[in-house]
Amino acid sequence: MIEVQNLTYSYNGSTKIAFPDFSVKRGESCLILGESGSGKTTLLHLLGGLLTSQQGSIHINGTDITALSEQALDHFRGEHAGFIFQKNHLIRALTVKKNLMMAPFLANKKQDDERADEVLTLLGLINKKNSRIQELSQGQAQRVAIARAVINKPHIIFADEPTSALDDTNCDRVIKLLLEAASQNQSTLLIATHDQRLKSHISMNVQLSNSTR
Amino acid sequence: MALNITLLSLGIAVITILLLFSSQLEQKINQNAKGIDLVVGAKGSPLQLILCNIFHIDFPTGNIKLAEAERIAHSRLVKKAIPLALGDSYQGYRIIGTTQDYATLYEAELAQGIWWSKELEVVAGSTVASMLKLKTGDSFMSTHGLTAEGGHHEEQHFIVKGILKPTHTVLDNLILTSIESVWEVHEHVGDTIDEVRSHKPESNQHDSTFVASSLVPSVAEGDSTKEITSMLIQYRSPMGAVMMPRLVNSQTSMQAASPAFETARLFTILGVGVEIVLGFAYVLIFISALSIFIALYNSLKERKYDLAIMRTMGATRRTLFITIVLEGSILTLLGSMAGLVMGHGTLLLLATLVEDVQKAGVNGLVLYSAEWWILGGSLVLGFVCSLLPAIQAYRTDISRVLAEN
Repeated sequence: MIEVQNLTYSYNGSTKIAFPDFSVKRGESCLILGESGSGKTTLLHLLGGLLTSQQGSIHINGTDITALSEQALDHFRGEHAGFIFQKNHLIRALTVKKNLMMAPFLANKKQDDERADEVLTLLGLINKKNSRIQELSQGQAQRVAIARAVINKPHIIFADEPTSALDDTNCDRVIKLLLEAASQNQSTLLIATHDQRLKSHISMNVQLSNSTR
Repeated sequence: MALNITLLSLGIAVITILLLFSSQLEQKINQNAKGIDLVVGAKGSPLQLILCNIFHIDFPTGNIKLAEAERIAHSRLVKKAIPLALGDSYQGYRIIGTTQDYATLYEAELAQGIWWSKELEVVAGSTVASMLKLKTGDSFMSTHGLTAEGGHHEEQHFIVKGILKPTHTVLDNLILTSIESVWEVHEHVGDTIDEVRSHKPESNQHDSTFVASSLVPSVAEGDSTKEITSMLIQYRSPMGAVMMPRLVNSQTSMQAASPAFETARLFTILGVGVEIVLGFAYVLIFISALSIFIALYNSLKERKYDLAIMRTMGATRRTLFITIVLEGSILTLLGSMAGLVMGHGTLLLLATLVEDVQKAGVNGLVLYSAEWWILGGSLVLGFVCSLLPAIQAYRTDISRVLAEN
């Protein structure tokens, strides 16, 4: 599903980083491991089409996304991808359900009430459907972010340090939720992290080291 | 942001009030001067002559001799001449001695009662009647002079014979009577009402050589004692405009003033006032526009993370651009709509609460096509204010923004 070949990226034209070639099949989960500053986020952003101006190729489902225009990348993300970030940014002016609906709305998909309820139930948030964001706990907010990322049934879920700020119990909870949500839609799960705890849940990984810089 | 929009609304409200006020004032001035080609009266300021004898604000410049006025009225250039005699008032509303021709000028119709025929009979304009609660059959004492503080003519009571329908002209604020009535009141100060009634009008004592004055038929032509305040003239042909004023100004002891000319001067003077207030409103709007721009710009800095997230969900750059532009435009549109409502509302309120505004007949409920321009302009304003922030949103570097925690 995802194939990376000869991928290199230059920061500021001088510092260059080369990424190892790798591929991930549909429905598989893969960690991108490495210390801070090893380029994990950069790789994730490149794979998600959030960063361009790289050299090499990234094939997702047969399409070389490095050749796509900015607009085409936007559409690609709307159709195929879901993103989760370390600090979840939910829109405080909207309720939980409305936050979820942002995803299909922006991707020009149908806003399905039933699908929203389905996802909320999966993540144990159905009671908080109409709550305001301010009323949620940290863990609940994180789960809303996950819900928003999976509501469109994306083919790939990109997660950047989803568990790094959580304690062991919550880390366990979140990774299990992510895996469950991914398996529901046969999504490929890509997690960039330095959290070693995740290794016990996901075996496949791409190791980045500072020496590749 | 609410504060900035309020500032915009205020500016728009001021413009709206100005627009309504000056448009209606201009309309009324033109309406009142319609049909009158020239005003002849005592020498003095031409503007004062017009203000007094057409708009019935300001005081007379003096009197003119009836005989002299007749000579002008006989000119071939004159189609119609209407005499006016001012001097008294009632509760601040002027009593005008004139002929029925004056009322015809403004297409007046009786709402109740009949026209005056005998001495001391009056017909009241609609606003006078409603403000003073007059009806046919009522009688009142007039006050000498045109303000409410003059001494009363205590022995002379006027009787209301009729009330006019609203004409939306200066006529609504006037009390009309015959010229003879005004003369009577002033010649017989000190007589009791019975003495006035018993005083036979000159028309009963005419001998066979009596030729009636063309202006005041009950008086002999060429009577050298009678005076009136002014005469309103309609030309028979456009030649009159060329020749009449010069004739009057150079060959008589009276002066002639052209309503068209003087009202044009009036507009110029008014125009300066309007310009100043308009300038103030523009400054207000400019400041509000600046503040809206700053608020939008700043809000974008806070929202850039949200915007980046939206891009990851599939929003295109164009979507973000349009969102910001719409935001600015809708805000300014709402602000200007609020301003328009405030402007109309203020005038409505003033018209209900302040008598002078009511007398001037300013209406808060009329809509002008220029107001569509105001709405359109505010949309453009919103667009311009949001352009820079929108371009910034368009150029969001997703990766960089997301990486900055």
